[in-house]
Amino acid sequence: MSNAVSALDGKTSAGDVTIREDGLRGMISLRGDLGLAKLRSVCTGLTGVDFPKQGQAASTGHQGLAWMSPDEVLVMVPHDAVPDALTKIAKALQGQHHLAVDVSDARAVLIMEGAFCREVIAKLAPVDLHPDAFGPGDFRRSRLGQIAAAFWMRDAACIEVVCFRSVADYAFDLLAAAANGGPVGHFPNS
Amino acid sequence: MLILHCPNCGRDVDETDLHSGGEAHLKRFGPGSSDQEFEDYLFMRENPKGVHFERWHHSFGCGKWFLAARCTNTLEVFGTYSAQTLEPPKEILDRITAARPGWSWGALK
Amino acid sequence: MSTRLAREGRFINKNKAVSFRFNGKNLRGVEGDTLASALLANDQLLVGRSFKYHRPRGVIASGAEEPNGLVNLGAGDSFEPNARVTTTELFEGLTATSQNHWPSLEFDVGAINTHLSRFLPAGFYYKMFMFPAPFWKHVYEPIIRKSAGLGKAPKRRDDDTYEHFNINADVLVIGGGIAGLAAALAAGLSGARTVLMEQTAHWGGRAPVDGATIDGMPAEAWVKQTVEALSKMPHVTLRTRCMGAGVYDHGFVLGYERLKDHKPTAAGAKHRLWRVRAKQIVTATGAIERPLSFAANDLPGVVLASAARDYVVNYGVSLGDRTVVVTNNDDAYRTAITLKEAGLEVPAIIDARVTADGELPNQARALGIRVETGKAIAKVAGGKRVTGVSVCAQAGEGAVLEEISCDCVAMSGGWSPVVHLWSHCGGKLNWDADQAMFRPDLDRAPTGADGKAFVIAAGIANGHLFSAEGLADGFSAGRAAAKAAGHDKKPGQAPMAEDVAEAAMEPVWLMPQGASYALRSKAWLDFQNDVKVSDVQLAAQEGFESVEHAKRYTTLGMATDQGKISNINGLAILADQLGAEIPAVGTTTFRPPYTPISMASIAGPAQRDLFQPVRKTPMSDWHTANGAFYEPVGQWRRPYAYLRGDETVHEAVNREVVNARENTGLLDASTLGKLIVSGPDAGKFLDMMYTNMMSTLPVGKCRYGLMCSENGFLSDDGVVARISEDTWLCHTTTGGAERIHAWMEDWLQCEWWDWKVYVTNVTEQLAQVAVVGPNARKLLEKLGGMDVSKEALPFMQWADGTLGGFAARVYRISFSGELSYEIAVPASQGRAFWDKLLEAGEAFGIMPYGTEALHIMRAEKGFIMIGDETDGTVIPQDLNLQWALSKKKEDYLGKRAHLRSHMADPNRWKLVGLETLDGSVLPDGAYAIADGVNANGQGNTQGRVTSTYFSPTLKKGIAMGLVHKGPDRMGEVISFTNIGGEPIKAKIVDPVFYDRDGEKQNV
Repeated sequence: MSNAVSALDGKTSAGDVTIREDGLRGMISLRGDLGLAKLRSVCTGLTGVDFPKQGQAASTGHQGLAWMSPDEVLVMVPHDAVPDALTKIAKALQGQHHLAVDVSDARAVLIMEGAFCREVIAKLAPVDLHPDAFGPGDFRRSRLGQIAAAFWMRDAACIEVVCFRSVADYAFDLLAAAANGGPVGHFPNS
Repeated sequence: MLILHCPNCGRDVDETDLHSGGEAHLKRFGPGSSDQEFEDYLFMRENPKGVHFERWHHSFGCGKWFLAARCTNTLEVFGTYSAQTLEPPKEILDRITAARPGWSWGALK
Repeated sequence: MSTRLAREGRFINKNKAVSFRFNGKNLRGVEGDTLASALLANDQLLVGRSFKYHRPRGVIASGAEEPNGLVNLGAGDSFEPNARVTTTELFEGLTATSQNHWPSLEFDVGAINTHLSRFLPAGFYYKMFMFPAPFWKHVYEPIIRKSAGLGKAPKRRDDDTYEHFNINADVLVIGGGIAGLAAALAAGLSGARTVLMEQTAHWGGRAPVDGATIDGMPAEAWVKQTVEALSKMPHVTLRTRCMGAGVYDHGFVLGYERLKDHKPTAAGAKHRLWRVRAKQIVTATGAIERPLSFAANDLPGVVLASAARDYVVNYGVSLGDRTVVVTNNDDAYRTAITLKEAGLEVPAIIDARVTADGELPNQARALGIRVETGKAIAKVAGGKRVTGVSVCAQAGEGAVLEEISCDCVAMSGGWSPVVHLWSHCGGKLNWDADQAMFRPDLDRAPTGADGKAFVIAAGIANGHLFSAEGLADGFSAGRAAAKAAGHDKKPGQAPMAEDVAEAAMEPVWLMPQGASYALRSKAWLDFQNDVKVSDVQLAAQEGFESVEHAKRYTTLGMATDQGKISNINGLAILADQLGAEIPAVGTTTFRPPYTPISMASIAGPAQRDLFQPVRKTPMSDWHTANGAFYEPVGQWRRPYAYLRGDETVHEAVNREVVNARENTGLLDASTLGKLIVSGPDAGKFLDMMYTNMMSTLPVGKCRYGLMCSENGFLSDDGVVARISEDTWLCHTTTGGAERIHAWMEDWLQCEWWDWKVYVTNVTEQLAQVAVVGPNARKLLEKLGGMDVSKEALPFMQWADGTLGGFAARVYRISFSGELSYEIAVPASQGRAFWDKLLEAGEAFGIMPYGTEALHIMRAEKGFIMIGDETDGTVIPQDLNLQWALSKKKEDYLGKRAHLRSHMADPNRWKLVGLETLDGSVLPDGAYAIADGVNANGQGNTQGRVTSTYFSPTLKKGIAMGLVHKGPDRMGEVISFTNIGGEPIKAKIVDPVFYDRDGEKQNV
């Protein structure tokens, strides 16, 4: 719908590491048996990416899949494609115990780009962000400052962060402040 | 800072990402139970200096519960395991016995 | 006098002057100075006054162990108290003032205390200020507060930013002396992810000053070469100005990096707190020299021997023209030799040992320095600085043999390894009698999650005082740590060092050995807290025999330096007084941080607007722009009322209530928790979660539900809607969304894991708006799209449809008693929908209302509020909610608890309405007064007020409360407490004050 707006309406922050709110993204929380072939194939069919292993995410543009927990996968599709995707999931998993819920508007997506974006996250999350431990494809749910957040690397210089919509402001300002603090110079090639 | 392995999502996580849920392997008593049984279930807890079994919730991560066998004195962690179980796995019990011969905990030996 | 020498210093650039201010005076230092070396170069020996006696004090050390040189640094937004001059690097424009004196450093009124010291012994405060009791508050405390304390608390908000940094490491090496460098080198060469932290700005520690040779080159050259080699390793991180502050459980370490203390105008964070999870930690933290305990050893000009040579070698600064060295070991001879070679006078070396024939003493003698063995200092002469020393026999009681004039005394009582970081997490110590020091027992190291050691002490910190063994120890520690962390690559050949051989030291805890009381009561142990030998002896005599008790009684080691130079001397005195061995007395506990770290670094980014997250609904911007007066509800900010013009909050609340009752009110209810519960066993599950029956709720209908803890106490409430055959939507309170979600998951994961139920929290997916009031239906009909008539959507039902073009789910529920719809739309459209309602509602007198109006309207209707009527001890029966406790269900959470005797007691306080006789508003939380007093002589009570408001609808005060057997006492008048006034009389009435039959909401 045309009057739909994301939490920060595309807000951006400039600097060596840039931060931008990515606007609305379709997100479906799908609870179910992740080992089920029907579940996996409907997910990969909707998103065009491989089904993620434990602790992994895969995304291209606005589509992707993220492993949330042993019985939950986050299905990312364009925002206006959610109703159709929910229908497809319902159809594919008919008769199977599952729960697919539109959570697109409950979230905000922040995209961080720049050479030391890895260090920006390391300033805020109690997570090992060394390239040996966390690289493109890895997905982590943890805390960012005082809020829950999830993040994954699209590539070596781009990290996507997902948080709840109500704290998007806080997350954005926190990331911007950490980015403004400049690089630490700890991780190799960062 | 305790660092525990979440068996549900496979990550080693800081205590700050977790929420402690107290003693593990409690048996619930509901209607029909005696006053004594219900009191034990609600209030009576092990408080050992040594081997302990605990519930932990990976609240800032995958949102799942797991159980941990830990020494409250040295903070040695003998293992973490699924919350969907009535008793600790044998391999963890064996590990505890190797490290703390003669240990006991509640109904467990 | 102390002055800058003609010679160069290792750390300074004499060609680059730096100007700074101390106590209002403009002074000059040079690039590379610390504030201490710059002050000393300006002959500013006196830097402060002691805590208790206000004695004049000068710099005594050259590093983090300094107890005396504390100053206020900066001003305004960057003011910082208690900065140590020895670890504060000089920068252009630095401003410092000394502390703890009045009116001036040179002349201090408080110094009278030194003459009263006989009357201010250990435990003085405890003994003196006990009686009479009222004196404490009105006399003693104000006086003590005025005279106590070191630096001033900053008055303004700190202008700097701070940050955290989280890393994992295989090996973390703390300390960048030669042992630490060797450890890092071994770990790095083994392939381990290695971090090396050094608290000062310089690598190499003492070795370059003390003149060791490593791998055939001067220590300085080896340090440079090693740092270069380490810098090239991509998996090794080197940090100077970064102190290993504390070692914690499971290998967690805090590193405190001071990024801008030496260049305050630079960009970025001032301090960075490294939060390291290390598999292995090497503590190569060096050692600290101990003072000797002789009379007046606290006068400005009495310094540690190592510091005296540090200032000469590193900063080109001499502390005096004539320095007497006093020692019990060979190492201090290095100071005499260094000073002599710098062209300064060393009138004598006073050595307490009977013989001193080692290489260093002989070298000193060869330089023409007089060496007096078996001697001691009886007393130091001087006022604000040393003028001379009286020499006596160490074996005697202090009979003066000779007086030597001097302006500096360099003392050395031996060295204590810095075992703090080793000990933080439980590493144990052994007493090494030969070297008179506690050193780590590597067999009793702190153990980690795997039950194995995770800290290795190395180098001098491990008790290896000499370069050769310390260096080898560091390298092997680094290798062992890397191996334990899983990196087994051979690191190659260890570096080799050569030392000058040193003869054994001899423990000397009091000088002279038989010092009289007069001497002992002037022999300082703790310089910052003014604890003397006589104080510790008194504590022991008075029965404070445990070292922890003696510490607290005397305050030994409790100052900001945490007794770095005083603790060992103090406990040796205590042991002697008790006739015990030193190891039997033991040490006090070493606690982090090693030296104080800034509070702001602990807060990190959590300051100003980021102090804590504030949760916002999609309509928050509108609220802010339209006069919202917020109240915090958890991390949400909800409008309490919207202020118009210059009305008061109270007026705004009344206006909002009246308008909702007469026209249309609008409430942002987005913060209410919304949980989707779905699955074949969802009905069974909800029947356990709620006290009432949810499985029988027909699809399309809503039911108010209660949740109890297993203890039977009310924990949450809300309206449950059945969405489909196997799906329910449960509303929770605003504060309960995450808690109840977690509560449900707990039961599903840990108790009934075979039940097929999934729960998803959709609280933030939906913006929810309550449209309330007699015009509510007309407004929705104007928006159009779905049938909201009484017939199509009766009370306590819900329907999906569109309203004004918005996809909406509409619930016919009411928390206000009015005709009311709660409408949920996707959060992304929440603001647009809100705007649409306001626009369409103009004709119907629409006005948003806040949480206070919500509260008043629910109270007028007698609806309970979780957190007001409940406090964690209230059961549904107390609130007359028996109707919501299913009798049909065999079980639900809390059911068994309700059968316990105290829960079923007919004497419980129960919910009633309360009306004051004069229409006034009862005070919140007031107690109902009962006859008599309890066992403690306090008045008995028979109830309390849980909610109380002025009702604009009824134009009088209304309240709810819990009263003993309340519902049986309708019409009775009871009295309520009223702080500062007469008790207030109120009548017990029905809690439903408004529209008792529910005609308004059911239209």
